[in-house]
Amino acid sequence: MIMPRLTGLRPLATSACMTGSKRNDGRSGHGAWCAMAVVLAGASMLAGCISVNAPDEPIVIELNINIKQEVIYRLAADAENTIEENEDIF
Amino acid sequence: MTVSTKSTLAFRALAAVGAASLVLGALAAPAAARDPAYAAAKSSGQVGEKMDGYIGIVGSGSPELRRLVDDINIKRKAVYAEKAKAQHATVEEYAFTSGCLLIAQTSPGEKYQAPDGSWKTRGSGAPERDPRCP
Repeated sequence: MIMPRLTGLRPLATSACMTGSKRNDGRSGHGAWCAMAVVLAGASMLAGCISVNAPDEPIVIELNINIKQEVIYRLAADAENTIEENEDIF
Repeated sequence: MTVSTKSTLAFRALAAVGAASLVLGALAAPAAARDPAYAAAKSSGQVGEKMDGYIGIVGSGSPELRRLVDDINIKRKAVYAEKAKAQHATVEEYAFTSGCLLIAQTSPGEKYQAPDGSWKTRGSGAPERDPRCP
């Protein structure tokens, strides 16, 4: 019976970076070039960044926009009692 | 008199005092007085009523005042949440409604937040309120 071989003679990785670095045993040749390309790409991306500064004035978010007048009218009487009952915090 | 009867008497006296204070406490609870520091900050305009139903510091407050305001607002929120649930409303709706009423109830000299967000001092006339206020 012939068992299928999971690993062949050829390297599995096919990108230039990986095969290159393997062949050259580390940090010279293709590997170095690839690293440099990555650094350059990173640098060019940094140069293209848009800087966003926080505004000086506070941002006011209107949270009450969805409160309807009819709800306020419905709650008014109960809220009035609540305020009377809890004088210490109102 | 033996030691045991002495201690029993002492226990009874303590229990009586405890019961009396409980009764007094229960009687005093509904008419709980406002914290003097809060009352002073309110009447002097250091704190004001906001539109959202909470109090805010007018100007730059001390850490002490900030703690007081936070404490009041946390208590208010707890009350709002409980009452809002009973009324099937949101806490924000209930708090906003209360804010309308509280701004209307301010006394002359006290601060309140106008619809544009600025602090106003209550005069003798009606305060500026959100058009949705009752």
